[in-house]
Amino acid sequence: MTIWLNGVETRVETTRLDQLIDDLGYGAAKVATALNGDFVPKAQRPTTEVKPGDRLEILAPLQGG
Amino acid sequence: MADPVAFYGTQVDSRLMLGTALYPSPKIMAEAIEASGTEIVTVSLRREGASAQAGQAFWQIIRDLGVKVLPNTAGCHTVKEAVTTAHMAREIFETAWIKLEVIGEEDRLQPDLFGLVEAARILAEDGFEVFPYTTEDLVAAGRLIEAGCKVLMPWGAPIGSGLGLSNPGGLRAMRAHFPDVPLVVDAGIGKPSHAAQAMEMGYDAVLLNTAVAKAGDPVEMARAMANATIAGRQGYLADPMEPRDMASPSTPVMGKAFLT
Repeated sequence: MTIWLNGVETRVETTRLDQLIDDLGYGAAKVATALNGDFVPKAQRPTTEVKPGDRLEILAPLQGG
Repeated sequence: MADPVAFYGTQVDSRLMLGTALYPSPKIMAEAIEASGTEIVTVSLRREGASAQAGQAFWQIIRDLGVKVLPNTAGCHTVKEAVTTAHMAREIFETAWIKLEVIGEEDRLQPDLFGLVEAARILAEDGFEVFPYTTEDLVAAGRLIEAGCKVLMPWGAPIGSGLGLSNPGGLRAMRAHFPDVPLVVDAGIGKPSHAAQAMEMGYDAVLLNTAVAKAGDPVEMARAMANATIAGRQGYLADPMEPRDMASPSTPVMGKAFLT
């Protein structure tokens, strides 16, 4: 299926959010997730289903003012 | 002289908070943070691909410095965006602190005070310790306190402008209206004298980024800002004299020779 990953149309094979993050190669990286504009806590990733066309944001720490 | 300040019960000795963006390199950023003596730095969250590890490397540098982090919601223009970003930041940075920005106007990056109050209320009720980026508007400040904010961060001037304190009268009024609320001048500081001016007014701390990061020598400017913050604070505590329009001789007149 195709989803919008960080604003880019991306083909993915998995629907479970925790597995999807693993498949994408984030591994143990410190990231936070939001699906369709709503925060998804790490603990809820295994029970969160990603559907075709969903907007998934994966954010990492960055410099800020 | 120990002169600590507390934000949400967390005590720090340095009254200078520093941003982590815009430095020429991560190494210079780390050196500037150390030279400033700051104990609190601001950080952010952004999209990052799985192969790009810049964010993870940055986070490791901050952890190694041992400073406290104040995540921001920079770039958020709606309450929903800001609240979602705050939740993501709390999980990543493992802190309830959030520098809440809800931007309402792009040219001056002016806070949307209506959205700010609403987002502050939602976050405070959810256990966040909110540092709202606001203006010197006294009504908005009162609403933010009612919403649960125990710190206020009025701008000195637009973010990144380096203009200094554009409305010193407004900032003085804010200090007088909220004598017991920790107040931090955030944004607009360009020179050490601006930081000293804010501290002389009785502000509890200053937060700045661009003034250090974009200086010709960021590390030396970090040191200068630290000194200015201390000098301004000491000046405030020492109770400055009242200015007057007419001269008043400092050298005693009595005993002056008559030489004409």
